[in-house]
Amino acid sequence: MADLDKTASLDRDLQPLTNPQLPAIGPVLAAVVAWGAAGLVALLLGWNIAGWLVLGWVAFIVVLPAWSSAVEGKRSAIDRLVTSLVWSTFVIAMLPLIAVSWTVIERGAPAFSVEFFTSDQSGVIGVGGGILHAVIGTLVITLIATLISVPVGIMAAVYLVEYGKGNRMSRILTFLVDVMTGIPSIVAGLFALALFTLLLGPLPRLAIGGSIALSVLMIPIVVRSTEEMLKLVSNELREGAYALGVPKWRTITKVVIPTALGGIVTGATLAVARVAGETAPLLLIAGTLRSVNWNPFEGGMATLPVLIFSEATKGGAKPEYVAAQLERAWGAALVLIIIVMGLNLLARVVGAYFSPKTGR
Amino acid sequence: MAKSIDVSDLNIYYGNFLAVEGVNMTIKARQVTAFIGPSGCGKSTVLRTLNRMHEVIPGARVEGKVVVDGQSLYDPTVDPVAVRRQIGMVFQRPNPFPTMSIYDNVLAGNKLNAKRMKRAEADDIVESSLKGANLWNEVKDRLDRPGMGLSGGQQQRLCIARAIAVRPQVLLMDEPCSALDPISTAAIEDLIHELKSEYTIVIVTHNMQQAARVSDETGFFNLKATGEPGHLVEFNPTKKMFSNPDNEATEAYISGRFG
Repeated sequence: MADLDKTASLDRDLQPLTNPQLPAIGPVLAAVVAWGAAGLVALLLGWNIAGWLVLGWVAFIVVLPAWSSAVEGKRSAIDRLVTSLVWSTFVIAMLPLIAVSWTVIERGAPAFSVEFFTSDQSGVIGVGGGILHAVIGTLVITLIATLISVPVGIMAAVYLVEYGKGNRMSRILTFLVDVMTGIPSIVAGLFALALFTLLLGPLPRLAIGGSIALSVLMIPIVVRSTEEMLKLVSNELREGAYALGVPKWRTITKVVIPTALGGIVTGATLAVARVAGETAPLLLIAGTLRSVNWNPFEGGMATLPVLIFSEATKGGAKPEYVAAQLERAWGAALVLIIIVMGLNLLARVVGAYFSPKTGR
Repeated sequence: MAKSIDVSDLNIYYGNFLAVEGVNMTIKARQVTAFIGPSGCGKSTVLRTLNRMHEVIPGARVEGKVVVDGQSLYDPTVDPVAVRRQIGMVFQRPNPFPTMSIYDNVLAGNKLNAKRMKRAEADDIVESSLKGANLWNEVKDRLDRPGMGLSGGQQQRLCIARAIAVRPQVLLMDEPCSALDPISTAAIEDLIHELKSEYTIVIVTHNMQQAARVSDETGFFNLKATGEPGHLVEFNPTKKMFSNPDNEATEAYISGRFG
């Protein structure tokens, strides 16, 4: 036993605390070597740029770990391999995002003009006019959808977390919310269409119907996100309020919801951003009106996604009409992305503003 | 402004599980009563039944009687919210409301109940409660700052200030010092001594020296055996309890020879 201890401690004594390391510029060198060699091979075999990039990447994730393994040892080699793979997946994930943003900005920006934002499409054939009617439609329909779904969603989540607590009713509700999350948006549109067909007769065109279809899609998102936020509020706070003789409903409205408000607002705003780009349900019920309509209870409304769809798919008598319509569609797409991105930024700002402050 | 509590034949259940069995005791007004005993023996559970806070836990129910100055707490006509307004509670971990300033935290009991009061009256309550909790000098210049920005010991004293701001008859404290350093603990023990003149105080503690220092009467809880319900082994004046206890198990626990 004593011998064993001795050898073990000798081994430990021999373990160095320093290891040889690749120079800081090592990964760059490996990249240059890998893509350089791949370039030669690609030139010889007559491959295109994509082939060269892929071959270079394969060479890189072989060369760098191999070099590291020779100099630094096995653990560092694995570390470098995994680091390279993680960075690669990050780049792959970013590619479509950058490509889409670039394309939309490149093609959509030329459409921007004063006329584009201040006039609608009434009486316009092909060239000219703007998308004001669709911007107004998107804002009005989404606003009403938000006004419907946020209160319903928050109250449903309050029931689930504060009152239901896993009883039969709340389990059924949770299941239904999960099912609702998976409803395809066209089905939500059909629901609104069927509802207003019953009320108004065949083929109704009503903007409020679009709001109702969107709120069918929004409610489960709001319920889910609010539920998670309410669960995060610690029971100690609730008990602290109860111990002061505060009734349950006041505890919920004055302590629990304010504490979770940042997260609730963020969740609701993200839900808005998610449905602002819905096309199918709005195409079914809100239609493709070509002029400004502020009244959601009378007639349809154009919205940005529907306008993009119709402008991009409709033909024209002359080639320049088709070109103008396509440009208008790209411009509308850029406006939609800006609106959604603005909502996301707003969600972050509002979330940070409402979240509890530590004062440190 | 202080009341005594009579507990008789109290059984506490979580669902079908009998957690605490057959508790009888009288908690005297304007005295500090300490509950000691090993973990899981039901001290906190008994404490929570004194202001019906156990009802927050699903499935918890009680049999027996808890009588505060002649009024049975578990009478069907008694409103638990009204009970908690008279019998305040301080928890193991400080739990100031994170959305509120120090000022609003102290007034939480009034504000959350939408009680209207004049600014001067509110200021008075805040000042007297914070002074009562020995916190006034440390925070008087930053009352509008968030309560979460204070240190742990200050937060706990803020919670005590919040509890006494609603002028309860009884103050229940569930291991109020277990998350605090010795200096904050000493501050809170001093505070308990001062509050004794106005409030009936019941404190659960794992620290026997603390029980000996702050309390007038002590109750020792224990489990009969593993898996059996907890029960009250002995309830006596603290002096007697720590010098000449009636029960052997009490002596063994207090002297550190547990078993």
